[in-house]
Amino acid sequence: MDEEAVIRHTGSGGKLKFILGGLLIVSAVIYLIVSSAQAHTQYYLTVEETLSKYERGELDGRHLRISGAVIGESIAYDIDTLELSFTIAHVPGDMKTVDAQGGIAAALHQAVTDPECERLDVVFEGPKPDLLQDESQAIITGKMGPDGVFYADEILLKCPTKYEETLPEQSG
Amino acid sequence: MVANIGFGSLFITFIVSMYGMGAVLYGRGTRNVAWVESARYAMSLTFPLLTVSVVSLVYLLVTNHYEVAFVSQVTSRSMPFYLKVTALWGGQSGSLLFWSWSLAAFATAVTIRKWDRDRAFLPWVILVVLITLAFFLFLSVFFENPFTRYWQTPVGIVRSFARPDGAVPFVPRDGRGLNPLLRHPGMIIHPPMLYLGFVSFVIPYAFAVAALVSGRTDDRWIRLTRRWTLWAWLFLSLGLILGAWWAYDVLGWGGYWGWDPVEIAALMPWLTGTAFLHSVITQEKKGMFKQWNMVLIILTFDLVIFGTFLTRSGVLSSVHAFAQSPIGPLFFVFIATTFSASLGLLLYRWDDLRSENELHSFFSREALFLLNNLLFIGVFITSFWGVLFPLVSEIVTGQKVTVGPPFYERATAPLFAGLLLLMGIAPLSAWTYSSLKKWGRMIWKPFLASSLTIPAVLYLGIRRWEAILGFWLVGFVLAITLYEFWKGVKARRKRHQESGLAALWNLAKANQRRYGGYIVHIGVVLMALGIIGIEMFQVETQGTIPEGGSLSLAGYTLTYEDLATFDTNDGRNVARAVVRVSKNGVNVTDLYPRRDFFYDANQQMTIPGVRSTLAGDLYVILVDWREISASGATFKVYYNPLVKWLWLGSLVFVCGVVVAAWPQKEPEHLRRYAPKPTKV
Repeated sequence: MDEEAVIRHTGSGGKLKFILGGLLIVSAVIYLIVSSAQAHTQYYLTVEETLSKYERGELDGRHLRISGAVIGESIAYDIDTLELSFTIAHVPGDMKTVDAQGGIAAALHQAVTDPECERLDVVFEGPKPDLLQDESQAIITGKMGPDGVFYADEILLKCPTKYEETLPEQSG
Repeated sequence: MVANIGFGSLFITFIVSMYGMGAVLYGRGTRNVAWVESARYAMSLTFPLLTVSVVSLVYLLVTNHYEVAFVSQVTSRSMPFYLKVTALWGGQSGSLLFWSWSLAAFATAVTIRKWDRDRAFLPWVILVVLITLAFFLFLSVFFENPFTRYWQTPVGIVRSFARPDGAVPFVPRDGRGLNPLLRHPGMIIHPPMLYLGFVSFVIPYAFAVAALVSGRTDDRWIRLTRRWTLWAWLFLSLGLILGAWWAYDVLGWGGYWGWDPVEIAALMPWLTGTAFLHSVITQEKKGMFKQWNMVLIILTFDLVIFGTFLTRSGVLSSVHAFAQSPIGPLFFVFIATTFSASLGLLLYRWDDLRSENELHSFFSREALFLLNNLLFIGVFITSFWGVLFPLVSEIVTGQKVTVGPPFYERATAPLFAGLLLLMGIAPLSAWTYSSLKKWGRMIWKPFLASSLTIPAVLYLGIRRWEAILGFWLVGFVLAITLYEFWKGVKARRKRHQESGLAALWNLAKANQRRYGGYIVHIGVVLMALGIIGIEMFQVETQGTIPEGGSLSLAGYTLTYEDLATFDTNDGRNVARAVVRVSKNGVNVTDLYPRRDFFYDANQQMTIPGVRSTLAGDLYVILVDWREISASGATFKVYYNPLVKWLWLGSLVFVCGVVVAAWPQKEPEHLRRYAPKPTKV
């Protein structure tokens, strides 16, 4: 049997096995994506949504991600226990409302200065993040506790006022 | 004045590239070579013109021209000279200019090459490159002008390039300064590397489109661009590695990769590009996967554009911030247009790109290359889905959701493990037809050698099956790859009577891509070793201790000796702790974790103290301290086993790519090229 014949011989029945093999891998990838997504999807909520869902008992221990404005004077840090606590104020979740308020920096400022704005207490254990300061935007991952306090296991911070395109102070 | 020169030159480049597009289309349409040549000159003119723009901007940056908005946003008086220069890519408008400048440089490099045998490609390569360049210049000229200035008007300060009526120039006394977190060598070269990687993928894409339009659908375009692609891939890989190094070194969380959308945006073109690199080999050798390779390069190009946008939009954690930038919708229009136009062309040429061969055996090299591609695309789709899922969910259910690192880790880890396994077995397989038996004969020696890792790992007390599997895979790939080198060297020594080193050198030189690829594989498994170490065996502790007190972790004892705070002359206040590290009662070293406070930016930065060995890194962070008395300070300590191998592996990886991509004088054989009847 020359090589060509070998190839033809295995080739004819071979097509199906490659299609099956390919399908197997594709379904494995889909399975990995779907099962991982089910296990690790987090709600992404605003402070208002979190509080209303919490009051209606809809959260029940779910992993959440919450975005809000850090209120500077609420930041307290106990260096003995490394317990960090602070309060975040509600910032609208959709960009249209934020833009209507004059951009994210203005929206954060308004959230912090408006006493009517809904607020949520956050507790975190670990080093204090460098960017945690008044009017920075916090994106916090964690769970609501039974005491109405949010227990964070990760904090991401953005300071839009600082490096983005705002006009300089008049004083220069 | 200088700002006017810079902008003027930028604007002229835009006009020149528009002219080039028109000239090449007219020249091609009327079969008039002079117009095509004119377009070619136009394209080579873009680089000197943009150089004038870039030099102007750098001049403004280093001479503190704070009336220019970009300058005042990214520099300040206290910054050293080199940081002012590199601030060029410290903000969106500057980095877009840098992007265009690099593309113009590559475009010029392409135009000056000899085109004798590839005339058919030239007009279309020019067109694709110029369209891309013109798009980015359009953004710079109309939306993200880096030369915009501040003006004092009766109603306040406004930003504009031209002077508004009745306005006087406004010059802030000092700039805002570069974000201190970015003042790190890794961060200084990370953006340009990533950008060079992004930009250089435009060239193979341009050749792919040229092949589709001109109907020259053999593998000529791949042969012409394969070195380009390797260099592009090198830059992109370096960009990713430097970013990881920066995150590990600066961000102070003891990690190197966080699966945030910006990182994923840079990873996605790397994944498709890596699949492309492997898959083109099959096209060269067997004339297979031609349609697929087109899909991959088109995908890579559009992911590059997407990545450029996402890495610069300031998005950290939310895909919703797309809308924040006025250039967002334009990017989407550009991506959608180029993607659908390229796919349209591909469908038009679909029949010309039929495979010349079929798959025959599961263990043939081409089947394993196909599997490699499926796995890379699997990782890509997982990443893409992770970024897209929140948007889809919001549209479908109205509920905003996100997925975090656990999603990516769980979904991609088996795929990465599969890729490692392939890295081991694929080099041993033969093209076309390979049987399990044949393949088993070649593999049993390295297989036996690598299985020694299992008792070794068990002896060290490791019981997690994922870790045992991971270490075995690392050993397996290493054994096979080194075995391949050894076999090659042995054969050469026998045949040419060369010394061991000379044989190794000549072996790699004779087949750069193959042996360069093997070196890359060794680099990857060493990196995998580091990743397994830090991901599965990281331990941490934290505590507040008085002076003289100590913490222990992973066999080390850390004693807090002293803390000093002082001002530096570059505008920082530094708090620096001295931590004595000992092991089994013997002093090993002193570490100096510190916290820098930048007065100009009003921001602090935590810099870890790190003791790095091949076995693992001791990584100490100064969290806080008591100001008045020296009574105590708080530290967080990580022990990251094996993480140094991640960086060593990266070095090996880079060397491997350089070996593979190093220019060589080779006789260009036109083995496959026979002009086919085309549809035109």
